[in-house]
Amino acid sequence: MSRCLTERSIDHVVLERGEVANSWRRERWESLRLLTPNWQSRLPGHGYQGSDPDGFMTMPEVVDFVSRYAGAVDAPVRTRTAVTAVRRTDDGYLVVSEHGDWRCRSIVLASGACNLPSVPPLAAAVPPSIACFTPLDYGNSSRLPEGGVLVVGASATGVQLAQEIHRSGRPVTLAVGEHVRMPRLYRGRDVLWWMDATGVWDERYDQVDDLVRARNVPSPQLVGTPERATLDLNALVGDGVELVGRLAGIRDGKAQFSGSLRNQCALADLKMGRLLDTFDEWASDYGPDVAHGAPERFEPTRVPDSPRLEIDLASGEIRSIVWCTGFRPDYRWLDVPVLDRKGCLRHDGGVVDAPGMYALGLTFLRRRKSSFIHGAEDDARDLSAHLATYLGGAAAQHGS
Amino acid sequence: MAGSKVNNGVNVDALLAAREALSKAPEGAKFNWRATCKWVNGTHSRSAVDGFHGLGQEQKHKTEFTFDADHPEVFASEDNGATPVEFVLVGLASCLTAGVASVAQNRGIQLRSVEAKLEGSMDIQGILGIDKEVRNGYDGIRVTFDIDADAPKKDIEALVAQSQKRSAVFDIITNPTNVTVEVRKAASAGGGR
Repeated sequence: MSRCLTERSIDHVVLERGEVANSWRRERWESLRLLTPNWQSRLPGHGYQGSDPDGFMTMPEVVDFVSRYAGAVDAPVRTRTAVTAVRRTDDGYLVVSEHGDWRCRSIVLASGACNLPSVPPLAAAVPPSIACFTPLDYGNSSRLPEGGVLVVGASATGVQLAQEIHRSGRPVTLAVGEHVRMPRLYRGRDVLWWMDATGVWDERYDQVDDLVRARNVPSPQLVGTPERATLDLNALVGDGVELVGRLAGIRDGKAQFSGSLRNQCALADLKMGRLLDTFDEWASDYGPDVAHGAPERFEPTRVPDSPRLEIDLASGEIRSIVWCTGFRPDYRWLDVPVLDRKGCLRHDGGVVDAPGMYALGLTFLRRRKSSFIHGAEDDARDLSAHLATYLGGAAAQHGS
Repeated sequence: MAGSKVNNGVNVDALLAAREALSKAPEGAKFNWRATCKWVNGTHSRSAVDGFHGLGQEQKHKTEFTFDADHPEVFASEDNGATPVEFVLVGLASCLTAGVASVAQNRGIQLRSVEAKLEGSMDIQGILGIDKEVRNGYDGIRVTFDIDADAPKKDIEALVAQSQKRSAVFDIITNPTNVTVEVRKAASAGGGR
């Protein structure tokens, strides 16, 4: 967005509470790599320059990539400047920060969708003898006590941490609710190449049937590894991870798991089949060269015959729990009435329901790719145009 | 496929309109379903379903529905009605079947026939208190759908999977539900005790 504003000669400042690329420095676990292959992880005019285009950047590599971009576009960033409040004024906004206040006519919220972990209220019933972690404080498996671990949630974060923790010698039980299954490679190409090539990534927010549902689709079960391995529930079962249903309750010190595991896996298997059908249909229009190999379908998820419905949390079997139950943005500093009754931002494709206010980086903000690094470019271009028009109008009103 | 020609008897337009309206007025979405039950004799009871609350007001069924429940003769009882646990299977079957029809209508799939067979396995050592490690309820329920419809198998599987996803009874059975039971002393019908 800063680059777009600079190109439009719109005077602006970027306020960052930490250092550039703060989230990747401080708020991700150590082994995390991007889910998008390097060739896809690009910013405007700033693509991957390394020797491994099909690989996946590590966190230090992402920090380096984003930092160099900030330098290359000469973004006016004020680091270590946490914003503590944003309020409406007569002609714009007052931004209160640790290093003084700013007044602006327009404001872009680019603080991301993953500031805080979403931990379900039933976590309060976990016995105090069990250590609890979220992806934001997990770091690596050595921080967990020895012994069994309950990983709650089987989306991208859950499957990655489940594998890593299980392979560290701590037996993992994985509680599986709704999830999105995808192979890493399909017909010789990365699944996200297919999402890009078929246009699925570019689907617009105003073209989907049910935008609320689309914005709540869980992050797909993918991992970025040099081996380009698929990390689905079958891979985890192969490692020895135990699958149970969604954590539905904790009663009298017993964790209760839903009896719907089989259906959750059926839904995910069917959905993956539909996605692969979309890829195959597109590929058949483009001739045999576009894919390296024939259409394939994958083994259905191997669900245990009788998954456990309950674990006694007092038995010592489980020594820690990792809540891979999602993230949410932190809007506690946003003192403008732009949140709906569920605490979500009210916006139309990133144009927030307040004059001159915009948002970036939220899931399916304007396109399915909006929350991925390469998704920022189109969204920033669209919204900076809207912002420029807004300022033009505001300037006309204020005679400046 | 010709969605407008598909008729499974479900008024999907009304449901979608209701969904739209209730998303803007969520208080109206709070329903209370009810049943009453009177003991008859032995393990025989008769339940009735008549009124419920929803869309912000009291509602009534077209007619009162009654259900006799009992235990079978092998339980040394009189078999005046299906057992309570069989009612649960009926509840699940009917909820899933209604869901299949609704989803099929919404997706433009013409159903020709839908039959479900259900089986719940239960070790009665639980309810008889013989073995405390055996639960009272079902240790598993299996549902088999036989569906004749104008659609590929995977689309029919998707119908059934979606029906479970949005089924109230499936949720009630597969997830914990709080049940609160209170007792009041009723007045004697004949008086003078």
